[in-house]
Amino acid sequence: MEALAAVGNRVRRVLEVVQDVTLFCVSVLRSAFSPPYYKHEIVEQIHFSLIGSLFIVMFSALVAGQALAIQLARELAKTGAKSELGHFMVISSVRALGPVLTGIVVASRMSAGITAELGTMKSSNQIDALVAFGTDPMKRLVAPRMIGLWIALPILTIIGDTLSVIGGGFIGLGYHITLQSYYNGVTKYLTPSNLLVGMIKPVFFAILITTVACWKGLTSEGGAKGVGRATTESVVISSVGILVTDFICTKLIFRILGW
Amino acid sequence: MIELPMIEFRNVYFSIDEKDILTNVSFTVPRGQTRAILGPSGSGKSTILRLLLGLWRPDSGNIFVNGEDITQATPERLREIRKMMGIVFQQGALFDSMTVGENVGYTLLEDKHDEEEIEKAVETYLTRVGLDPELRDRMPDELSGGMQRRVAIARALAARNPEILLYDEPTTGLDPQSAERITDLINDLRDRLGKTSIMVTHDIADAFKVGNRITVLDRGIVVFEGTPAELNSADNPFIAEFLAPFRKAVAAATRRMESGPPPSDPGRGEFGGSRPQPGGSV
Repeated sequence: MEALAAVGNRVRRVLEVVQDVTLFCVSVLRSAFSPPYYKHEIVEQIHFSLIGSLFIVMFSALVAGQALAIQLARELAKTGAKSELGHFMVISSVRALGPVLTGIVVASRMSAGITAELGTMKSSNQIDALVAFGTDPMKRLVAPRMIGLWIALPILTIIGDTLSVIGGGFIGLGYHITLQSYYNGVTKYLTPSNLLVGMIKPVFFAILITTVACWKGLTSEGGAKGVGRATTESVVISSVGILVTDFICTKLIFRILGW
Repeated sequence: MIELPMIEFRNVYFSIDEKDILTNVSFTVPRGQTRAILGPSGSGKSTILRLLLGLWRPDSGNIFVNGEDITQATPERLREIRKMMGIVFQQGALFDSMTVGENVGYTLLEDKHDEEEIEKAVETYLTRVGLDPELRDRMPDELSGGMQRRVAIARALAARNPEILLYDEPTTGLDPQSAERITDLINDLRDRLGKTSIMVTHDIADAFKVGNRITVLDRGIVVFEGTPAELNSADNPFIAEFLAPFRKAVAAATRRMESGPPPSDPGRGEFGGSRPQPGGSV
């Protein structure tokens, strides 16, 4: 009976957290879509997430794209369909791997940074100071981070996808697939719907990363140790959340849009 | 005609997770006076400031600011009322991503004043708290603890020139000289500019020096309310225990002074010779 009550309590706490995060997410979206806008902070956040994550996204995409191309080229060579490498690279990179990989790389970098920054601000009373001086922390701290990621993440995804596909082309050369043949396969399947699928996901990833990171930072307690714990949880939840969001988005896109 | 107090707490109760933080707290602060809220850690002192700012709402009771009950105020009205108040948080709580100048001019920047006006205000308020305006381009972590606290006071003053100033442990962690400068500044702001203030502290000497009246809290309950002189002669057991270390230190310093100054450091008492020593009857 006690065990049952413990499970019940655990479930209740989880549901309460889900409710809190959902309400926080609604509040974040409301803040992002209503003035005032802190333009300076938005530009700063775009710079921080876009320029700051650029190298690591480029490097990860290039390496992951090449690894994927090696696997695909070997399998396609067995069935005599090597010329399809460009086609498979576009589908797997642009629709699936690219957004997820970029999302996870950006999530690990950004969610750690956001949670640690806001957590430190909270523990040093800076958040209370903002409120006391008449500033809404959601508007000043959270909304610019959301808008910044909305702009930066799709751009980073495009750059990552491009490098991933280019990397695949060079791997193809090692399997006697000409650049022209690879290019033809890529352009044939680089359709607006495939591109759009890859661009829809980062918008949801940005909402997830910002909501989780800001919520964890603003609710952290217990000084430096608490901020450290919140930062770790934020990275884990964001990264796993991206995989779950990717699954849900893929399923919905197939079901609703049929793409 | 009786003048309304600038701040009034009337039978305020507040709890977090069913734990009582404040129980039936009442006091007033007349215009142009300073009330020191004294008590050990965890006695609910800082909660009083958070309730006054409307960051938290009491479970019951009323809090009046300039005659208006802020417990009934809408969020918009609360934002307006907060403009009457400036606060100096524990450790200063300066925005560490901004320069000293941006911190001091924060509310002016928010209110979209022009750059020249902000520059002038930053210079005025940094000078008023005894800091060199040249510090405006430094980052907060490049300043000493005492200087950070003074920047925090300058920021509070620049915040729409508030009528009420709130200080949350403004001298904690500072050396005696820096603490002395801060308490002098708090008194100066009251005496010269007529600011109404509440200072929350666990430092008995600071409370004696700054407070026109003192409230002592123990686990959220008011155990004493009165003037510094009345506090010094109070026979409440909690007060006696709370003041005991301070009284012992003062007595020891007095005994040493009477038996002649030590040769290595002539004329210097337990409190560096400059800290207040309330009450001769210790």
